[in-house]
Amino acid sequence: MSLPPLKDLVACHHCDTLHTAATLPDGASAACQRCHAVLQTSRPGALASVVSLAVSAFVLMIAAISFPFMDLDVSGNHNATSVFNAITAFNAGLALPLAVAVAMFIIILPLTRLAAIIYAIGPLVRGTTPRPLARQAYALAETLRPWAMAEIFMVGVTVALIKVAGLATVTLGPAFWAFAALVIITVVKDQIMNRYAIWEALDKATQQAA
Amino acid sequence: MGTPHCDRCHGRLQSRDAQSLQKVWAWLIAGIILFFPANIYPMLITRTLVEHTESTILGGVVDLVHHHAYGIAAVVFVASILIPIGKFIAIAYLALSVQRRSILNMHQRHKLYDFVEFIGRWSMIDVFVVAILSALVQLNTIASINPGIAALSFALSVIFTMFSAQSFDPRLIWDADRKDP
Repeated sequence: MSLPPLKDLVACHHCDTLHTAATLPDGASAACQRCHAVLQTSRPGALASVVSLAVSAFVLMIAAISFPFMDLDVSGNHNATSVFNAITAFNAGLALPLAVAVAMFIIILPLTRLAAIIYAIGPLVRGTTPRPLARQAYALAETLRPWAMAEIFMVGVTVALIKVAGLATVTLGPAFWAFAALVIITVVKDQIMNRYAIWEALDKATQQAA
Repeated sequence: MGTPHCDRCHGRLQSRDAQSLQKVWAWLIAGIILFFPANIYPMLITRTLVEHTESTILGGVVDLVHHHAYGIAAVVFVASILIPIGKFIAIAYLALSVQRRSILNMHQRHKLYDFVEFIGRWSMIDVFVVAILSALVQLNTIASINPGIAALSFALSVIFTMFSAQSFDPRLIWDADRKDP
């Protein structure tokens, strides 16, 4: 038995079953026969939405770092906190490495992912040639996916809020809302981002350039 | 040159990771060992004018139950206790099942692997709770909350088990079944 050319084959990223790639009508999607993971989607304009969502998330992240996150008030005593303070909370001795880890999880890695996506896919949306190392940049964005934990941080913040709610008055700052919006945008972006479609687009753009 | 690379993403190509199981067990054992200090030592150290309390992960959950925040108590309990322990068992089971026979068929084991990979990072919730609480509650003499040493061991335990799950080569599941008569 001979296989069709490699570029016509799609391996399921969950269970490695090989399928023949299909040309899908707009708005359709194809799933793995064995494990039903979505393999291909065809959504016109999906790349443009991914890039624009990534840009908005990037801007919101800058806002989330710069503005006050929350303010605590117990009978006249105030303490304003920024996202940055949450990182430096682990400043005592042995906990110091944890400050680095938290900084990576909630700010640096999410920002790196967004920057890599904008860098790799941006030129494709404008129809220009891909930037050098665009493939490595997109591969990096995929590798970092589990380590960017902005949404988990937000759940942690909710738990913390409920813990202090009874003891003190907490005022939410602009950074809180920026971070909340950022999390929602990131989730939506990751939902519409289809690996297969992006690699195909990168391949096509490279061929056109050559 | 030697190693072949993917034309598309330039990633290194490898049919099977021969050291997969070694890495899985190494990270897993490190993760399990760190889980003990994470639960024995205090996660949060609270100082107020009148008292000084230290609470562990489980202590934090009990506190939330006392304040009738049952939903949040459940979230913390699931994320900090159930998911890590469930993950230890699931990864050990998957690694053992590759070495010997398994009662779950390969599809179920594949689903289990996907689930373990997906859910692991959510255990970090408690570390972020500690981060935010310690940053927020700093009112000089009136009240202050500081992270305990358990926060570090818990974070490391979660990170190590994430590495353990990522080191597992799911294709080993298919190989093991192919060898069976």
